[in-house]
Formats: sequence, structure tokens, C-alpha cells
Amino acid sequence: MIATLTTGTSGTEGLAHVAETAAPEQRRGGDRPHPARHALGLLLRIVLCLVFGLPLVFMVVSSFKPDLQIFDDLGSFKAFLPTGDISTDNYTGVFGRVPFAQFMTNSVVITVVTVVLGIVVNSMAAFALSRIGFRGAGAVLGIILATLIVPFETLALPLLWWSNQLPFLGPDGISQGWLDTYQVQIIPFIANAFSIFLFYQYFDSIPKELDEAAKVDGAGWFRIYRSIVMPLSGPAIATVAILTFLPMWNQYLWPLMAVQTEELRPVMVGIDYFKQLNTSWGQIMAYATMITAPVLVLFVAFQRSFINSIASSGVKG
Amino acid sequence: MSTITAAENASATTLRERKPAKGSRSSTTTALLMLLPAAVLLITFLLIPIGLTFGLAFTNARLISPRPAEFIGTDNFVRLFQDETFWKSLRNTIVFAVVIVPLQSACALGLALLVNVKMRGVNFFRTVYFLPVVTSMVVVSMLWLFMYQKNGLINEVLLKFGIVGPDWLGDPKTALLAIILMSAWQAMGFHMVIWLSGLQTIPADLYEAADLDGADTWQKFRYVTWPGLRATRTFILITITISAFALFTQVNIMTQGGPLDSTSTLVLMAVRTGFQQQQTGYASAISLAFFVLVLAVTLLNRYVTRDKDVVR
Repeated sequence: MIATLTTGTSGTEGLAHVAETAAPEQRRGGDRPHPARHALGLLLRIVLCLVFGLPLVFMVVSSFKPDLQIFDDLGSFKAFLPTGDISTDNYTGVFGRVPFAQFMTNSVVITVVTVVLGIVVNSMAAFALSRIGFRGAGAVLGIILATLIVPFETLALPLLWWSNQLPFLGPDGISQGWLDTYQVQIIPFIANAFSIFLFYQYFDSIPKELDEAAKVDGAGWFRIYRSIVMPLSGPAIATVAILTFLPMWNQYLWPLMAVQTEELRPVMVGIDYFKQLNTSWGQIMAYATMITAPVLVLFVAFQRSFINSIASSGVKG
Repeated sequence: MSTITAAENASATTLRERKPAKGSRSSTTTALLMLLPAAVLLITFLLIPIGLTFGLAFTNARLISPRPAEFIGTDNFVRLFQDETFWKSLRNTIVFAVVIVPLQSACALGLALLVNVKMRGVNFFRTVYFLPVVTSMVVVSMLWLFMYQKNGLINEVLLKFGIVGPDWLGDPKTALLAIILMSAWQAMGFHMVIWLSGLQTIPADLYEAADLDGADTWQKFRYVTWPGLRATRTFILITITISAFALFTQVNIMTQGGPLDSTSTLVLMAVRTGFQQQQTGYASAISLAFFVLVLAVTLLNRYVTRDKDVVR
């Protein structure tokens, strides 16, 4: 059984090596590059590191400096070094200017709920399509895949209008219109065609013999889903979680339009508050650093999964 | 659980092969129940809005209005085609895509080749190149808005090399270019990873064989790497193009479409009319134009790549 398992899943797990193994490329059989070329290549890589890394260093460093000093330091390397009058004043300033804790809580709640419900809803749909199957399952999958070419931005405005027409059954009875609520930021994003596709693809690689064996043991489909297939689908769950988390956390267009109440806004929309009167770049950098930090921490902690999930979003081609 | 014997294996296979038998009534019911939540949500928030884009484009619907929407035929499109901002936005959107697609995909391939070697510290480089991807576009836009200022970081750095930089975002001639450069900077790491996964599907023996034939680095790229990346190429082309057409966040934060509409885009225009001015009907017409553009490019891409399949 274990043997079947490993051969069965290896197809998808092969992706997991993408981040790790450098391709067994040219450098073989004594074909070492010329030292000068090697040095040039290294220099190029380091320059690119500066191009991609320094702006972010600049952001973090500036967040600890007073506005005047940020401008003074622009002309030298000091722009990237925490020198001079370093303090957390900008951070205190951010908390004084916007309800930061509220924005942060909103973003965390919206993102976490969407990720968790997304995993459940999309994996169940994929399970029904891939492992149980029914007449017309292929057509349903076809429709789902066809919607992948429709970018969200084409639907945003009609969806905004539609959301305002929808009824909602809440604790205070039925209300009309979803604008200015939490649910308008969550529910439309739970079901996702691409997540269904990713789960479908992964489930297909798990040997179907497992289902048959479980059925002999008297398990129903739901039990097979919960106790056999899902526990084996760690990599797919991680991929879907990351590919839902990033866009949800970064959402800007939709909450900008759908939510006007300050108490319900997520962090990204909050940045607009700083563009109004008395722009303080130090505070903007502090705010930017704080809303980027959670993602950076998660990225550093789960680097392999992040990179693998992006890589696996490419295999659909 | 017991080990599956060969016999059980065989019977399982035959069970699966008898297709009509697989959907017994009770398993069909379970399947439909498990599909139900996703189906309801996708219909409500994806399929209906797609239909609405088409429907509302022919009405005078307003976002918040006591009166129901009325059918007004093609009035929205007549207005759209006479709207100077629409043509400018369409032009900017297409220019943005046409410039950024080759720029970003080529540079990302370069990055992927640079980090696709066995070398100490290569993981570090890969991580740094990827950092902008995990930084949200909102943050990146704010950061670059500051760096692009007339006396900002970028011009100060250019000055060190004796170059007097332009007023990047303030000049209609450079504003769109400035947005292109920062967008490419942000997303390059994403496509680097996708190229990288494509590179690693190319079998090592091909490179060894090329070595034996005495191929140089360029020849190996031209005759082994490049053909091996065909599928990846198609995917990257389609995804960059579609996301380029959807350009909004950067422009909304950095320029609001200015100066003189030189950075206005279709999505920005749709948001202006459909949200700020509440003209949902007109915004739907813009969205529909946008959708047609995406569809045309996708079909064109399919057509072009299919053609190549025949040749091969």
C-alpha cells in the first residue's frame, strides 16, 4: 500500500523539487566556465540583488527616520542605512492617524476566513468531479476551466451593482444590499475556479484503489474525502492556501469600491488616508512596512511552499 | 487497512472501466451535494456577473438608484466610441501590454537562467529576486511614487552617473514608461519562478548530447533550452498579457490616469464611471470592451500556438 502511495503521488510531488534542485545544467564533465566569466556572472547577480532588494531596504530604513532626514539622505548611501535620528515616531504617528489595529484585524479576518472556506468548498467540488464522478462531470469541469480566462477586473463593476441587489439573511433578519459589509469582501471569493482545478489535478494523481479499499471497509464518499484523500493532499492544500492568501491580503480594487465604512476596511485601502493632506513619507513607509511584514514573515517561514505554489500555477499551460 | 492484492487491483480497474456503472444513484447524490456550495457560489459571483456584463452594457443602470434599469440599446457604445478618454485608455492599455510582455518575460527568463545553476548562494539570489512579488502592488506603488519624485531616489542615483532624470510621473511622455518599469520590477520574480520550473523539465541528457556535439552556450540555448520551453512560453505570454490589460492599482495610486490622461487605462476608466459616477451601464460597456480585448488575445494566442503544433 505504501508503495502504491508513493508512486501515485510522486507525479505531483515532483514539483516540490522545483525550488530545490538546480538543473543539472551545462556545468558537467570539466566544462567549468572561465574565471573571468564566472566573476562577471557573480557581479551581475549581485547588481540584480541590489536592484530588487534595495528599494525594499530603503522603505524599511526610511520608516525609522524623520521626513527631513529621509530627503537629506537621498543623495548618498545613507538612504539605505539606519543612521542619524532613528526612532519609532513614524509608527506612533501611524497609530495616531488611522485605526491601524482595526484595519489589520479586518484584513486578517477576511483573509483567513476566505482561505479556510476556500479550501473546504473547492476541494469538495474537486473531489466530486474527480473521484466520485457523475454524468456531466466533464462538462461541469469544462465550464469551470473556461471561466479561467475571465479576469476579475472585467466583472468588478457589474458585480458591484449585483452585490447591491443581493439580499442577505443575517442575525437582524433579511437585509438588502451587500455593500459595506464583511461578507461582500469574503463570500464572492470563496469558490475559485483555479483552486478547484488545482485540487482536481492533485486528486487525480492519488490512486483510486484507495477508494475501493475504503469502500470495502464500509466507508462512504464523505469519509473517504475527509479521512483518506484530504490527509494525503498536503501539497495541494498548501498551494491553494498560498494562492488564495496572497491576492486576498493584497486586495485593493474591490474593497475600495465595495466598502465605504472605515471600520470595515482592510489594510491596503488604508494607505489612501496618507495621500491626503500633509503627506508624511516617513509615516507612509512605516505603514507600508507594517502591512508588508506579515507576508514577508510567512514567506520566509514557508519559502519552499510559496515558490512551489507559484511554480505549480504555471503547469496548467 | 489491508494490502491491496493483485486481484483486487484488477477488479478495481475493471470497475472503473465500466463507465456507466460509476455513477450509482447514491454516489451521484453525494457528488452533487459536495459540488453544491462551490456551484452556488460560482453561479452567483462568476457566471451571473459575466452575464450581467453583457446585459447591463445595454441599459442605463446606475449603482444606487430608486428606478429600475432601462434598456437603451447601443447608446452606451455610441457614447463610448465618441469618448476621447476611452480611445486614450485603450491605447495606453495596449501600449502597456505590448511593451511589458516582451520586456518582463525576457528579463524574467534571464533571471531564471541566472539562478538555474549549481552555485553557492544561488538560493539567496532567488529569494531576493522574488521579494517584490510578495510585496503588495499597493505598497510597491507607494514606494515607487516616492522614488520617482523629481528629486527622488531614482533621479539622485541617476545623477551619480551624470544623468539628469526626467520628472517621471509628472511628464506625459514618461509617465506610462515609469509605470511599466515599476510593474515589471514587481512581477518579474513571479515569472522567473515559472520559467525556472519550465527549465527544470528539460532533460539533462539533451545538454550532455549538445556538449558532445561541441555546442557553445548560445547554441545550447537556441536548440535545447528554447524549444524545451514551448509550453511555458505560451502560459507566460497569456498570463502576462491578461494581467497587463487589467492594469489599475499602480495607476490609481500613482497618477490617477494623469497627466493629461497619459496613464488612463480601461479598468481605471470603468472604476471612474461605474463607481465614482455610479454609471453601471456605461461601466459595463467599458468592461465588455475590455473582455473582448482579453478574449481576442487569448484566441489569437491559441491560434498562433496551434499553428506551430502542425508545423512541428
